[in-house]
Amino acid sequence: MKILIYAEHREGQLRKITYENISLARTLGQPFEVLVVGNEVQDIQEQLGRYGAEQVVFYKNAQLENYSADGYARIVAEAVKERQADVLLMGATSTGKDLGPRVASILNAAMATDCIHVEMEGDNLKLIRPMYAGKVQATIRLTSAVKVVTVRPNVYQASEAPVTAKVDTKEVSAPDFKTVVKEIVSGAKGKLDVTEANIIVSGGRGMKGPENWHLIEDLAQLLGAATGASRAAVDAGWRPHDEQVGQTGKTVSPSLYIAVGISGAIQHLAGMSSSKYIVAINKDPDAPIFKLADYGIVADLFDVVPRMIEELKAGN
Amino acid sequence: MNIAVCVKQVPDTETKVKLTEDKKAVDESEINFILNPYDEFAVEEALQLKEKYDGEVTVISLGPDRISSAIRSALAMGADKAIHLQVDENPQDPNVVANALAAELKNGGYDLILLGKQAIDDDHTQVPSILGEKLGLPSVTVVIKLNIDGDKVVAEREIDGAHEIVECTLPAIISTQRGLNEPRYASLKGIMRAKKIQIEQKPAQLSDDQLNIIGFEYPPQKNPGKIVGDSADAVPELLRLLHEEAKVI
Ligand SMILES: Cc1cc2nc3c(=O)[nH]c(=O)nc-3n(C[C@H](O)[C@H](O)[C@H](O)COP(=O)(O)OP(=O)(O)OC[C@H]3O[C@@H](n4cnc5c(N)ncnc54)[C@H](O)[C@@H]3O)c2cc1C
Ligand SMILES: Nc1ncnc2c1ncn2[C@@H]1O[C@H](COP(=O)(O)O)[C@@H](O)[C@H]1O
Repeated sequence: MKILIYAEHREGQLRKITYENISLARTLGQPFEVLVVGNEVQDIQEQLGRYGAEQVVFYKNAQLENYSADGYARIVAEAVKERQADVLLMGATSTGKDLGPRVASILNAAMATDCIHVEMEGDNLKLIRPMYAGKVQATIRLTSAVKVVTVRPNVYQASEAPVTAKVDTKEVSAPDFKTVVKEIVSGAKGKLDVTEANIIVSGGRGMKGPENWHLIEDLAQLLGAATGASRAAVDAGWRPHDEQVGQTGKTVSPSLYIAVGISGAIQHLAGMSSSKYIVAINKDPDAPIFKLADYGIVADLFDVVPRMIEELKAGN
Repeated sequence: MNIAVCVKQVPDTETKVKLTEDKKAVDESEINFILNPYDEFAVEEALQLKEKYDGEVTVISLGPDRISSAIRSALAMGADKAIHLQVDENPQDPNVVANALAAELKNGGYDLILLGKQAIDDDHTQVPSILGEKLGLPSVTVVIKLNIDGDKVVAEREIDGAHEIVECTLPAIISTQRGLNEPRYASLKGIMRAKKIQIEQKPAQLSDDQLNIIGFEYPPQKNPGKIVGDSADAVPELLRLLHEEAKVI
């Protein structure tokens, strides 16, 4: 069973999910290659080799500088055929979710979205994916000849296993694009997205107002964390929508999720319950978030968070 | 403008999902079903475009008999017509759903096809993209801002940590994300009107499932957590635990 791993990149930089998927593929004991599609992508050989990719194919064209869902899909589908891959492995990121189903459709392949477990079972894959916002987990089998699988970021750790990567670059002809990305508008500069972050500090209605968010931001900065929010905070206009965690926001699985002044409504838990460690800071001992939290402090957040900031600044 | 909106009926977000005894399926007996929250944005956007450019809004939904309540919700918001593609049970493979929807949409002469970005039961996030390929139309997913001028479409979509501005032309497929608009509540008049609209029913054209669910499990139970303390004085201990026990900071 040959696996082709789609290398995600943005603005010329490879993204972490690619290394996570290479690390996963190594454990499956099946032959795999990494596919890069684009124009200028930095450090392909060095970075992919570091995580254990021996064979890399780079499908290159100047027109691929900007992402086009239908255009990229055509080329990825082409690559799956040319490399005779049985499985296309991608991240369950905004790119994977946009591109994966299109490639699958072109190849008449079935696709499993957002898998949290991938293993070999005989000569097929056993896949587990959350459904109903994580309330249950389904074991899935794909029976199509080619299979497309996207894996939730942060579930598999990227581990280094240095080899010398062989990179075959191929100039491809770009198809006509039906959709064209004209511009990428970045959020606040250097802002880490919740779906990529290893640590998230999230605030809820208990924060009382946007003027107090410096507490969340300072704590996040000291921990190298991204900032998230409950829907209550987003609906109140305190925080941008792209920070919302939950059933109608983003699904995250960081190593550490710190919920500050968040009650833990079922729709919020849907987005963060697969975090490895959860900390809750809430003054209500009966808040449902404590049922899920590994560690909790039942106290006023306006006492607790400043103290955390102080202790971390002091290097304790 | 001739607009189609594909909607799905899903369990209420508050629903506790219970599995059948053999864990092969979800027990639907106590589930309260609603219109998929993301699909409400699609319906609202269609109605706003109709108000601006005139035209007709057709709701299309595939599912078993019970989905008529979700179709009525969309009609009550103000959609004009509805088509129910009938199946005994929802297919497990989103590709099968997309195929059946494509077969219906293909001959409808729609200028715009709107969908939610994700159905919150199966969480596939696949149908809008697959439809783009099946129908050979441009499709833009996870859209939070939509501007249509003549046949020119400018859409802003959400990606991890940024937004993309995407251009294409009509006819096109758009999947909607929270932030695009505020879905209206159905008025009493709308609800009464919806009751009178005849929903067109036809059997869905089904292909074979290539995605099979072998079984379900509940997510692993977490051990009850530890309350570290009831004042800010617990902070040093919390940080110690995070550092030494959890090893996450
Ligand atoms: C269809 C649908 C989809 C939804 N999707 C989402 C979603 O994606 N994400 C989401 O988050 N929600 C979602 N919700 C909303 C969800 O039901 C809750 O309303 C929301 O999560 C509540 O946010 P909160 O915890 O910040 O606010 P609250 O529930 O009001 O909780 C605030 C908490 O702060 C605590 N607090 C107050 N002051 C202090 C203080 N000084 N110190 C310490 N603690 C304090 C309180 O004890 C309380 O527990 C959805 C709802 C619906 C119906
Ligand atoms: N059975 C269905 N009938 C009509 N539309 C559907 C159906 N399933 C999914 N959709 C549409 O496709 C979107 C994405 O669904 P999914 O790909 O299943 O997450 C939904 O928000 C709906 O707009």
